[in-house]
Order: sequence, then structure tokens, then C-alpha cells
Amino acid sequence: MLERPKRKNPVLRTRLPTLPPAARSRIALGLTAAAALGRFELQQCRDCGDVQYPPREACQRCLSINIHWKLQSGDGELLADTMLHHSNDLFFRERLPWRLGLIKLGSGPTVVAHLHGSIRKVPEKVTVRAMLDRAGQAVLVALPEKETPNMADDRQLREFTCDPKFRKVLITDGKTSLGQSLVKGFVKAGADLIWVGHAEPWKNFPGFQEIKSLQQASLVPLDLTDSRNVREVAAEIGGKVDIVVNNAEHHRAFGIGNRAGVETARAEMDVNYFGLLRLAQELGPAMRSRGADGQSSAVAWVNLLSIYALANFPPHGTFSASKAAAHSLAQCLRAEMRPAGVRVVNVFPGPLDDEWNQLLPPPKLAPAALARAVIKALQDGIEDVYPGDVAQEWLARWRDNPKALEKELSS
Amino acid sequence: MSSLLNLTKDLFKGKIKVVDLTHTLSPEFPHISLPPEMGQAWPFRIEEVSRYDERGPAWYWNNFSCGEHTGTHFDAPVHWVSGKDLPRNAVDSIPPENFIGPACVIDCSKQSAKDADFLLTKKFILQWEKKHGRIPPRAWVLMRTDWSRRADDPVAYQNYDETGQHTPGPDTDAVKFLVEERDILGFGTESIGTDAGQAYHLRPPYPCHYYMHGAGRYGLQCLTNLDQLPPTGAVVIAAPLKIRNGSGSPLRVLALMENS
Repeated sequence: MLERPKRKNPVLRTRLPTLPPAARSRIALGLTAAAALGRFELQQCRDCGDVQYPPREACQRCLSINIHWKLQSGDGELLADTMLHHSNDLFFRERLPWRLGLIKLGSGPTVVAHLHGSIRKVPEKVTVRAMLDRAGQAVLVALPEKETPNMADDRQLREFTCDPKFRKVLITDGKTSLGQSLVKGFVKAGADLIWVGHAEPWKNFPGFQEIKSLQQASLVPLDLTDSRNVREVAAEIGGKVDIVVNNAEHHRAFGIGNRAGVETARAEMDVNYFGLLRLAQELGPAMRSRGADGQSSAVAWVNLLSIYALANFPPHGTFSASKAAAHSLAQCLRAEMRPAGVRVVNVFPGPLDDEWNQLLPPPKLAPAALARAVIKALQDGIEDVYPGDVAQEWLARWRDNPKALEKELSS
Repeated sequence: MSSLLNLTKDLFKGKIKVVDLTHTLSPEFPHISLPPEMGQAWPFRIEEVSRYDERGPAWYWNNFSCGEHTGTHFDAPVHWVSGKDLPRNAVDSIPPENFIGPACVIDCSKQSAKDADFLLTKKFILQWEKKHGRIPPRAWVLMRTDWSRRADDPVAYQNYDETGQHTPGPDTDAVKFLVEERDILGFGTESIGTDAGQAYHLRPPYPCHYYMHGAGRYGLQCLTNLDQLPPTGAVVIAAPLKIRNGSGSPLRVLALMENS
């Protein structure tokens, strides 16, 4: 079981972040694309049905190019294991010893995977998952077939997840129902300390008093539209934040024609887009410097986006546009945080059950359900989260045919 | 010697003191806040352009943004629907001599300390006149509440509860009296708004905005240092930025007073 890390020895140098090998062919990125969503997919031949690994341009059995990515159950059997005591790779060198195994998947191929510590015997039934490593690339990880106690605490597994346990979290807006659910969720997930941002201190929102009284919570005045305030907060706590959850957003339900002027759209951009930019400029450098800071290193940056970031929802047209801008910037942030191994997690919910979606019919995502999805994504090491039925359905339609989705949304 | 030259001489000698009635513009300074579905004024925000660095090696400067009604600010008649059709009703067209006038400071600080919803009445003004003399025409009437002492604490300054804001201001009769019977230039307060925090529930809603601007008079808000002014005898200079058809503007409000 994971122990609470000791306080850092301030006379020792903080290690610089290193990354596991990141090179992948374009074909192999298919594995990463699925892992980003928490899915384990391998190529399967449509002609002969063969499932293959590693990914290739053609079927290894019949040479057909008619192959597609197919979801795998991950059921397999450990054939052999080995403990690595030496590596010339900087990342693994610092994490030795490291245990690997050879696993025969039920669907056919034999794969090399990182082994969870509670897998002891050979042979043994295991479940293989594709997970993102610190370089943001998919690797295969073998987990015990059935859940074991404190499974998430495994030293090797924690290199692939962003588990909040014993970590320090900044939630940028604690005044909304979502913000409060996030605070409570992180307390439950074992976070050590949760800084809770709140703008416009004179506005008291329901539930906020309760958050103030939580022992792990520490309030910080934070308004993402105020550059100086963001800079000061980052200066004050930036060197300690392990996980950022940027849930501050401005949301109004207008398109172009039903709201005169640009003030509402500008306010949305100022929080949803420029707010992220300000926060990333000020907090990003400090987090990048702590990507390998021991057991509780800086590990994740979560952006609350919207499924409307993929395709504009005209009744909330300017909000959609601000979220599309934020999505694009989040991709830039992901690239810039990558060298430090800090994962940028983008969350694309459908409509939340809040006052700005009052007139939208159900299903609407409960703020508490969204908070659970965020924490689960961190624990599972997922990079792109589409929580709830609406988000899942939109994602499926968008992946199938983005133009068709645009036409459907405009009718 | 001309009276103007004498004035500058007295300023230099310290016989005339300048009191700054202005709060510093900063992002933290409390700003007006309307129900969230309504259009909102920008709060004061500031972004650095360069600071002797690669963005501009030898110079430091900022861009700032804010609404017309931010910080210590001026309200022009065109701000309110009742003043929308008056001539010379915007900050760029108001006759500039109207920016300068004698100040009458009505001290309501004790009453406001006891009751955040304190309303200044005509009776209260008449009692003040008994002591300090009749309010002259074209005067700035300033309601001293010491509310400015709360400015470092946005929660206390805004003073919201679930029924809205609680800050002192004038009642309807007081405003009508000042406009119709005393012909004042304008009315100034220390809180956000020339009207009281709960003035939406007066008749008409926001009477100071309604009658003052309806009669072509002005408003000054978020003033400070009124406690340094004598009840009468000071002169206020309150010239807003010359924004085309502007409804108001942040400004530097200065008071000149004789040093006793």
C-alpha cells in the first residue's frame, strides 16, 4: 500500500523529467488514439479475421490491407515474466527494477506488457489494457484478472495513471455545483490538499460554505480574467500543484442572432479561452519543472471543455466557439507539457444539469457524475473523456461523419 | 493679481489643499454586478504590453480595459432612460464648466454605520441646511457615509445577501428636492451607485438615477476621502473622459479646500 510521501528534502536537487521512448509509426498511433479514450484496440483483418500485434500496414497472415481497429477484451495469460535490472534508457534506468511479461491474448497475439505487482505466478490469467505512458504513447499494461486491494497504489501502474492519492490539486472554480462535486470527489480519492479557486468573493453561492469547512480544502481568490491575480496565485502555490482542474467557465445560451453585440461572447472567450491561456502561462512552467518530483510529482492538467468543442451547437453558438478555441489551445498545452510527462486531460461533457442548460431536455449530465468521470479518468490514465450519454452519442456521430453531424445540428 | 493666479499661488503655498476623492483603479476594486442574464460591464483589467524586456526593451506600459462605470466614476444623463433625449447629455457634450462646482458634504456616516440601508431624506437635508446654510445652485451634493473605508474588503463593500446589495443612498423625495428646489449639479456617493443598494424597490426604481439624469444632472460614485472635506467651502473638479456619446467614465475627482 502506498505510504504518504515524506516531506521533500530541500537540499536535494529535484530530478528533471525524463520520458519513455516516444517514437511510433503512424499506424502504431492507432493504439494510442484508442488508449487516449481508455480503449484497448488492436488491428483485425476483415478478410481472414486475424488479430495482430504490433500494428502493421497489412495483415501478417494473409497480407490483406483490409484491416481495422477493433476493441479488445484484454483477456490473456501470462506466459513468462522478467525483472529488468539494467536499462540504457534514461526513463527506465531511474525506475529500476522494472517487471515485464509476455502475455498470450485470448484473441490471438502474444504481447509484451508492463506487469502489475500483484501478478505473481506464471502462468496466470491477466487483463491487458492499453494505457498512455508519460510520453503520451500507448503501452500495454497487464493487470490482475480480478481487482486486488489497493491496486492503484502499484509503483509501476502509477507511472501510467495520474492518481490523485496524496497529491495536491487546484480546482479553479469552487463556486459551481461541479466545482463542489470535484472538491468532494478529490477528498474521497485521497488528495492531500485541494486549493479551491473562487472569483468575485462577494457572491456567495449555495454549498460554498460547506466546501470552506472541509479540512483538505484551502480557498484561494482566483479570477481567470485577471492576469495579475492568476500570476500571484501561480507564484504562491504553483510549485506545489500536482493536478490542475480548470473547471472555470462562462456559459450563456446564445447564438449570433439572438444576442446583440459581442459582450457575452467576449466574456465567454475571456474565461474559457484566455483564462486557460493565462493559467497555462503562469502555472505551466512550475508544473513542468516538477514532472519527476518523487512519488507525488506534478502529473495532470484537466480542462473542462464541452462536446460542443467538436461541432457547434447553434443555440449555444458563442459558447461552442469559445470551447472550440479552448480545445485547440489545450492541444498546444498538451504538446508543451509533454516533455515534463504532465498529462493534459480534456473533458468533453454534453450539457450539464445546471441553470444555463435549463431549457434543454434531458438527458443532462449531473455535475456529480461529471466530477466522478474526471477523477476516474485520472485514475485510469485517460486523456480524452466523453462523459455521459449525450457526449458519447455526439462523439460517435462526429467520428462517423463530422459533416453529417454539422447538418444534423443546424436543422 | 487675477484670482486664478492667486489660486495657483495659494496651492503652491499650501493655503489651498487638494484632496483626492478617487479610489485607485485595480482589478480587485469591487465592480458593479447585475443579474447574470443581463449584459455586464467589464471590470477593470490590465495586461502588460512590455516591461523593459524583449517585448519592448526600454519601456514599460499596459493595456487596460473597463466599462464606463468602473471604479470612481461619473454618470452622465444619457446613462438613464429618463435622460436619453436631453441635449448635451453625454460625457463628450456636457458643458465643461459643469464639471466644477462647490461641494456640500452631508455627513450620514453614523446613520450608515447603524443601518446599511440608510436612506437620506428631505428632512435630513433640511436639518443639515439649518446648520450649514442653504445648498447653493449648481453644487455637487456629496453623501458622506464612510463606505469607502470598506473598499479593501470587497465583501463588506458590496454587502450582498440573498436579497441583493445593502448600501445607503437617497430616497425619492430627497432627490426630487435637490433637483427641483436646490438646482444641484449632481449627487455623489461612496458606494457603487448613486442610489441605495435596495433602490430597485423604491418608487420609481433607482430614483436618483431616474430624477437626477432625467433633469440633466450628474452622478459621482465610489468616492473616497469625503471625511476630509468640510460640510461646505470645498470645490469639486470632476471631469470625465471625453468618450463620444459616452454614458459615463472613470475619472480623477479632486476637491480643493482651504487649509485651516
